[in-house]
Amino acid sequence: MAYTPRQWRRYTTRTILYVILIVIMLVFLLPIYLVVVTSLKNPAEINLATAWSLPTTPYWQSFQEVLVAFGPRLRNSVALVIGATALSSIFGSINGYVLSKWRIPGEKILFPLMLFGMFIPYQAILIPLFDFMRGIGLYGGIPGLILIHVIYGLPITTLIFRNFYVDIPDEMLEAASIDGADFFGIYTNVVFPLSIPGFVVVIIWQFTQIWNEFLFGVTMTSNDAQPITVGLAQLAGGQAVSWNLPMAGAIIAALPPLLVYIVLGRYFIRGLLAGSVKG
Amino acid sequence: MRSQKDRIIAFLMLLPSLVLLGLFVYGFILQAIGTSMSDWGTSGAPPPLAVNVTKSFVGFDNYRQIMTSLLEYNFRNSLVNTFFFTLFFVAGCLAVGLFLALLLDQNVKAEGLFRTVFLFPMALSFVVTGTIWRWMLQPGGGINTLPTSIGLPPITFGWINSREVAFGFDWGDVPRLLTVIGIAILSILALRFALSGRRRAVMMVGGIAAVLVLLLVTGFWSNIWLPLDDPISEPFIAPKGFNLALIGVVIAAVWQMSGYTMAMFIAGIRGVSEELREASKVDGCNDLEMYRYIILPQLSPIFLSAMIILGHISLKIFDLVFAMAGPDNAQTVVPGLLVYTEGFRENAFAKASAIAVIMLFAVALIIIPYLWSQFRQSSQAER
Repeated sequence: MAYTPRQWRRYTTRTILYVILIVIMLVFLLPIYLVVVTSLKNPAEINLATAWSLPTTPYWQSFQEVLVAFGPRLRNSVALVIGATALSSIFGSINGYVLSKWRIPGEKILFPLMLFGMFIPYQAILIPLFDFMRGIGLYGGIPGLILIHVIYGLPITTLIFRNFYVDIPDEMLEAASIDGADFFGIYTNVVFPLSIPGFVVVIIWQFTQIWNEFLFGVTMTSNDAQPITVGLAQLAGGQAVSWNLPMAGAIIAALPPLLVYIVLGRYFIRGLLAGSVKG
Repeated sequence: MRSQKDRIIAFLMLLPSLVLLGLFVYGFILQAIGTSMSDWGTSGAPPPLAVNVTKSFVGFDNYRQIMTSLLEYNFRNSLVNTFFFTLFFVAGCLAVGLFLALLLDQNVKAEGLFRTVFLFPMALSFVVTGTIWRWMLQPGGGINTLPTSIGLPPITFGWINSREVAFGFDWGDVPRLLTVIGIAILSILALRFALSGRRRAVMMVGGIAAVLVLLLVTGFWSNIWLPLDDPISEPFIAPKGFNLALIGVVIAAVWQMSGYTMAMFIAGIRGVSEELREASKVDGCNDLEMYRYIILPQLSPIFLSAMIILGHISLKIFDLVFAMAGPDNAQTVVPGLLVYTEGFRENAFAKASAIAVIMLFAVALIIIPYLWSQFRQSSQAER
């Protein structure tokens, strides 16, 4: 079959386009290849010159060793994420409902003031926070860390829910209130049943953020309450590291949010773009 | 109709969050400012964490110390590092993100797959990214050995451990340099406004430029940019400039965040209506011209948002550098790390607070106008 010059031009530009895209994709995936390969190598087999070669036989033991090294940290992260995500999304949902559907005096000032809290460098409040948590006796443990994540998660969860609820027509609320529903009745009968996608976005967002968080984890916990990111930093931080362990650790620490991203990516991106306030 | 009682309940439901954020954000910020003006942890005994610790007011002494004392050169280097890191990180993310977004706008098959791959690093923790890239950039290994597979010599550049400094400058010259950069940016703006005939905007830009020059000439800067205690030794101990060891951190950060920038641009490009594209085709634009004259101008609010979001992330960067280069690497030190090492390892709480307050000030400088403009827009849209 013969191509006209125009078809040829189109054909070559399309080919170049796909070649560029695939090359960039491989560059993005390069670190993942190296991580997986290294994590599956016997430590004796790891050296700088042959870092890219495949392991002669897969060596799964690193993962076992890492799980031992992480110890309770994996469990800490799970407890932390479940507690803090659940609480901050419930609070966020109610705040969003109030701010989108009820006239609150001064809300035009209060809401931006709330949002400012998600942009501040947490270093700025870290020392007073440390002082305060010691004062109320919650410093160092998981409950304290949950409290911290719930509070500093309020701005983003409130923002996502507020923007989500703004789209619910006011007529639906009015109809419910004519039927005699009060503040809570409207929430449970009208708003909450429509909230499922909002909850999915917020839960995914909080889950990944809290799972991945490091600053509070490293400064606000005693040894036995550290989350997994702190465990990974310790595993990788020593001077004479055998690299199979940090790489296996990186995979274990990355897996939960990665799975969520792959399965529920659409919702993840919505949370991501919500962070730029209105986009 | 919704009753007065329900309104009160609504407010009461919001109240706990308001009180908690009021305390944990604004109360703690005030407390941090107070601590930064005390000698908590920088005076001698009793130890900073003792119950009977005394904290006396010392005014701006801690700020003066970190800006001038030879011993505190780490802080000044962290400011310089943040400047260059922000510059290259934001520019890198915008360039890569826009390029990827434009590529994916060409009706690509399997677009979802490409997008998923470009965006997945965003789901990782900065600690994971740092750990991975530390191994990728290991001297003598990782990407350094890749050229050998096609017969080239290996790369010997010290991605995260180079000691070289590029674009070196003198600390005392910073106010002058900033003024020159500021005037250069303002002139470009003025030129653009003049070309589009916006006379009032030109006048305003000119006014700002005049204020900048005035600040420099009157010596106002020497109140903030205090002269160094030891300007002779400092350049030898801690040269100021772009530490090349930051290049590795920039690469890792761009790898992680350029997909996010891409997602923002894609959302923006999709927002340009199909009719507008068709209209430009009818008017005889080719593809390139359509992007140059139709799509890119519509993306400028997204450029601004992305710059602000990425910029404030880079001002706060902490965990990535911690995991990649360690908390004590003088070449890659950033303010976020110093708050940790000074505050939580040395217990020099007053000094750490001063650094933290400066970080907050820098972030607030870009975030407050951003939030303000976002809310002004939305309340205009409601009208």
